[in-house]
Amino acid sequence: MSEDELMDQCVVIDADRRDELGHPMGYRELNERIREAVSKGCKNVVLNNVLGQRYIGSTIGVARIEIHGTPGNDLGAFLNGATIEVFGNAQDVTGNTMNAGRIIVHGNAWDITGLAARGGTILIRDDAGYRVGINMKEYEDTKPSLIIGGSVRDYLGEYMAGGSILVLGTGVTEGQSPIGLYIGAGIHGGRLFIRGKVESYQLGAGATITDIAEDDIEELESMISEYELAFGKKIERDWSKFVKIAPQDSRPFKGYYDKTLI
Amino acid sequence: MDVNLPEKYRPIIDAERCIKCRKCIRECSFGALRFEDDRVKYNGGCVSCLRCVTICPTQAIAVREVDPQFTPHPVFDEKVRRSIIAQANSGGVLLTSCGTDKEYMDIFSHLLLDAAQVTNPSIDPLREPVETRTYLGRRTGRLPMRDGKIDIEADMPPIISMDMPLMIGHISLGSVSYNTQKALFSAAKDLNIIAGSGEGGLHKDFYGFSDWVCSEVASGRFGVTADYLKRVSSVEIKIGQGAKPGHGGHLPGEKVSELISEARMIPKGTDALSPYPHHDIYSIEDLQQLISVLKESTEYKVPVGVKIAAVHNVGAIASGVVRAGADFITVDGLRGGTGSAPRIIRDHAGMPIEIAIATVDQRLQEEGLRNKVTLCAGGGIRSSADMIKAIALGADVVMVYTAALVAMGCKVCQQCHQGICAWGIATQRDELTKRLDPDIATQRVTNLFRAWNEELREVIGAMGIDSVESLVGNRDRLRYIGPNHRIAEIIGVKHSGEGWG
Repeated sequence: MSEDELMDQCVVIDADRRDELGHPMGYRELNERIREAVSKGCKNVVLNNVLGQRYIGSTIGVARIEIHGTPGNDLGAFLNGATIEVFGNAQDVTGNTMNAGRIIVHGNAWDITGLAARGGTILIRDDAGYRVGINMKEYEDTKPSLIIGGSVRDYLGEYMAGGSILVLGTGVTEGQSPIGLYIGAGIHGGRLFIRGKVESYQLGAGATITDIAEDDIEELESMISEYELAFGKKIERDWSKFVKIAPQDSRPFKGYYDKTLI
Repeated sequence: MDVNLPEKYRPIIDAERCIKCRKCIRECSFGALRFEDDRVKYNGGCVSCLRCVTICPTQAIAVREVDPQFTPHPVFDEKVRRSIIAQANSGGVLLTSCGTDKEYMDIFSHLLLDAAQVTNPSIDPLREPVETRTYLGRRTGRLPMRDGKIDIEADMPPIISMDMPLMIGHISLGSVSYNTQKALFSAAKDLNIIAGSGEGGLHKDFYGFSDWVCSEVASGRFGVTADYLKRVSSVEIKIGQGAKPGHGGHLPGEKVSELISEARMIPKGTDALSPYPHHDIYSIEDLQQLISVLKESTEYKVPVGVKIAAVHNVGAIASGVVRAGADFITVDGLRGGTGSAPRIIRDHAGMPIEIAIATVDQRLQEEGLRNKVTLCAGGGIRSSADMIKAIALGADVVMVYTAALVAMGCKVCQQCHQGICAWGIATQRDELTKRLDPDIATQRVTNLFRAWNEELREVIGAMGIDSVESLVGNRDRLRYIGPNHRIAEIIGVKHSGEGWG
């Protein structure tokens, strides 16, 4: 196939292709092949039978990567504009320090999803693990959003400096909270929206519960629509069930230090 | 309720010499001077940065340390009592900057260098070759062979060549000004060495220097983008810093100006907080993942290193770091500098770099790992003598930061965290940053390190060694002459008077 024909064509890679020793494809080869396809102008890469290969899609700019199977840790690290769609579960550190693009997971994603993301969107259909959305930040127009359909564990949005996190709490038992403890510990920017029960003991240092404002509804509406579109689900718009968690201050440690000349 | 603390420093103005130009008043960013009753008067608040002393056209000013105001007491010394009073006033954690000013034993000063006599001739570096070229990156330890011949086309790990065994340490844009970082980068370019970016991203104006920049990936991941990673000569994951092991970064909102906000990609005026740990690294296996993802992201084209603070178990940690795949490892010692750190950590946590270098070098040798990596060491390297001794103890490369700033004008007054540096170095205020001319500063840093490199050549020539690589870990060329023989044992250096046998 000539390079011209490759343009906009779909490249399909079988990640479970075995070598003579019976080993599946290693992550280096898999990523090398993805990079090669993308550098030749291929806009659509389909990975079949993914078996936990790590670092898939790091730094990729323009392309759509479709993953069937289970990608390994650090999926879409430093992602720079590409769309990654996972038909299965993702593991830890999905979207590490992501800059732009979209990661859609038709399943669960586990710990530290969206670590230090500064742009782009991460959509998780079901649940996520611990320390999700840590140290997300925003700058002018680049603003990350992280949308989780089910529940999350402790330390959601720790050190948060910008961006938005939405937890929809689908599948959570009535009367239970969809989030864990220490939510927004050290938060000094950005916002978290939780659908379901949140009590003050669940908040981390520097976080506070506030009312949903008019501006927030616009943002919530757009995030929920995105979720619905990605997963073909319907989410009820009952804003009374939503809680917003925001920073008490953008300078949480002001006054903590003493600068006296000793 | 606050109790006043006595002044520590006082500018003395010689009325006979003073021409009343008031330059000192304009130059004092701490607002310590005023003009009244036809003379310059002192308001208080002098930090002894010596800006006024240096700038006065008639040399009419001297800054004097005020005689101790506290009753003499060897245990409850002045510093102890000042700290107690300050904290009783504020209830705050004491903040400071630069390297520790506590008089921990400086082991470098207790080490003596060897020289060649009779049986091994010394080399005159002015007339004979003495090589100081140094490589940063992973070594394979063997030549690639194909069909019984050396395969010159084989894929080798990426490696950087530097003209001297020295790199300028990581100082972020944010802790220092634009002009300061520009001068550091352009000095690195002129010297063909590497300068660290610090955790503040790389400003687009500095892309021209990227071949000489090592970009830092720290826990806040400020400015870390695909573009930033792919552009530079090397990448370093910062786990710890010698001045504040176990502590994160905290750039106060006052220093987050328009420029810093753009480079770090955060809103202006907010605190830039770097978490204490990297939350994707809780184990050596996790570190291996971050190293691997950075190698993937840079397509295996640049070395990826890891910087750790020298702490009590540094040997074992370094071994883990190398096994995790680091191409170079940087160890930062107890006396290392900082733009802002709690005094309690700066002054009390860590290990002197001399001991750290020797123990890491020894441990990696014992485990068969030393020949695979480049060992960089920093934190308290003040002179070429320190550099030479650090190399002989086992470092391939030394990392220097404070000395480069002192070359530019810094007087180590330990007020970087105030953000009003009168020398235009550790500040983001426009009226102050323009005081530093980046061209002059570049020249001064270049001069300093060229001179150090010449001194290195003089010393290794005198030892009869023709390449700095042969000095690395050559502890037999050091002797200990200090008070504690146990230190000599731990760092593997014989006592002065013990011969080769």
